[in-house]
Amino acid sequence: MADQESELLKTALYDLHVELGAKMVPFAGYAMPVQYPLGVKGEHLHTRAKAGLFDVSHMGQVRLTGENRVAELEKLVPGDIAILKPGRTRYSAFTQDDGTILDDLMITNAGDSLFLVINAACKDDDIVHMRANLGDGVSLEEIDDRALLALQGPDAAKVLARFAPSVADLKFMSFAEIDIAGSPCFVTRSGYTGEDGFEISVPNADAEALARKLLAEDEVEAIGLGARDSLRLEAGLCLYGNDIDTTTTPVEGDLNWIINKRRRAEGGFKGADVILDQLEHGADRKRVGIKPEGKAPAREHTQILNADGEEIGEITSGGFGPTVDGPIAMGYVAIEFAEPGTKVDLMVRGKARPAEVVELPFAPHRYFRG
Amino acid sequence: MTKKFSQEHEWIELEDGVATVGITDYAQQSLGDIVYVELPEVGKKLTKDGDAAVVESVKAASDVYAPLDGEIVEVNEELDDNPALVNEAPESDGWFFRMTLTDESQLDELMDEAAYKDFVEGL
Repeated sequence: MADQESELLKTALYDLHVELGAKMVPFAGYAMPVQYPLGVKGEHLHTRAKAGLFDVSHMGQVRLTGENRVAELEKLVPGDIAILKPGRTRYSAFTQDDGTILDDLMITNAGDSLFLVINAACKDDDIVHMRANLGDGVSLEEIDDRALLALQGPDAAKVLARFAPSVADLKFMSFAEIDIAGSPCFVTRSGYTGEDGFEISVPNADAEALARKLLAEDEVEAIGLGARDSLRLEAGLCLYGNDIDTTTTPVEGDLNWIINKRRRAEGGFKGADVILDQLEHGADRKRVGIKPEGKAPAREHTQILNADGEEIGEITSGGFGPTVDGPIAMGYVAIEFAEPGTKVDLMVRGKARPAEVVELPFAPHRYFRG
Repeated sequence: MTKKFSQEHEWIELEDGVATVGITDYAQQSLGDIVYVELPEVGKKLTKDGDAAVVESVKAASDVYAPLDGEIVEVNEELDDNPALVNEAPESDGWFFRMTLTDESQLDELMDEAAYKDFVEGL
């Protein structure tokens, strides 16, 4: 155990997390804060009420340059990247030849380059995949000298504007290079909580100072990975590795909206034959929201049964939603059970417990669309 | 009336032939905010170190084990409506269940308060 811990990577904020009393856990090869003394529930509710600061520096940041970067990246993702104007960001996914998902990611047109943010656990595979598949004209740079902070919640914009007034003008899924407290940052108005907020790529050398400045504001508390997970689940957002992975396609994952109109017509991305066929004819199963009727949470891998007791699917993320104040989950069900309002049973500790298929999200999104 | 402790962080207190069982302050702190407690049914027979209850935090479910052999005679129904009681008063109002003991001498196998304190400090 001691050896494992010593091999864990540390983000630029490691010392600050320890100073703040965080419980540190191994996550995707990094020592990360799962919670602070406020606790998962308190951190979750604080983020929805005011603003929370998250260290997400374990995620991969990548820059693609070269004249053909857009056309080349479009071979690997089903999104319309060509239509992205400078300063605009899009959620997308790397698909494989069989139509399944290698990772989900954020793609920003940063003007002279594409700026990507990829999942920590998939970072190495994604980079191998890109290097192997992006044509000669594209250079890939791993940005490892920058930390990534997320400031999320209804007060996030007000707080960040105290240090950089121009962030107030950014709309949801927009990007700008902005000096914050004297440090050159890449700021995206996006996040993983369902709230308004920002993701801030800041040079490692300035990361701790910026985090301290933000935490010194009355509205801001440090938030760990525990609340990050409950916040995203309430927001109905997928966790790669749980809700989408190399066994699920975007159509099964209810991510049809990431396959833009031109790409549906033209194809030309990995797995397009499978994915476009599913778009036209439907998939056999679908990711849905699941609301357990009682108080018992149903965790990932919980079996989902129909009224006859037959297995029709599985929970992929499940837990307790502090804002909903009850158990919440999402998972895959056979397509004939995917309609909201469908009654199902969840097998928790050998007992069938009633639940219902529901619309996502559980907590309404509150993005700033201008 | 003395309180004993298990290595699985349960406490047990015997009074008039009935033992009250809960989880320790150390356990509730490690678990964090408790959002659901699944209690056994009255009449259920328990085996030492066997499953007795389940306690769920926001993040995860954890088993609570029977500290000794015996049978459930009462459960703390207040935890259904207010599972946070386990965080607020783990070693008093936040008790889980009451049980009769098959063999009271098994209590000797458990730690007293001082030994449990040493045990926790060594973790």
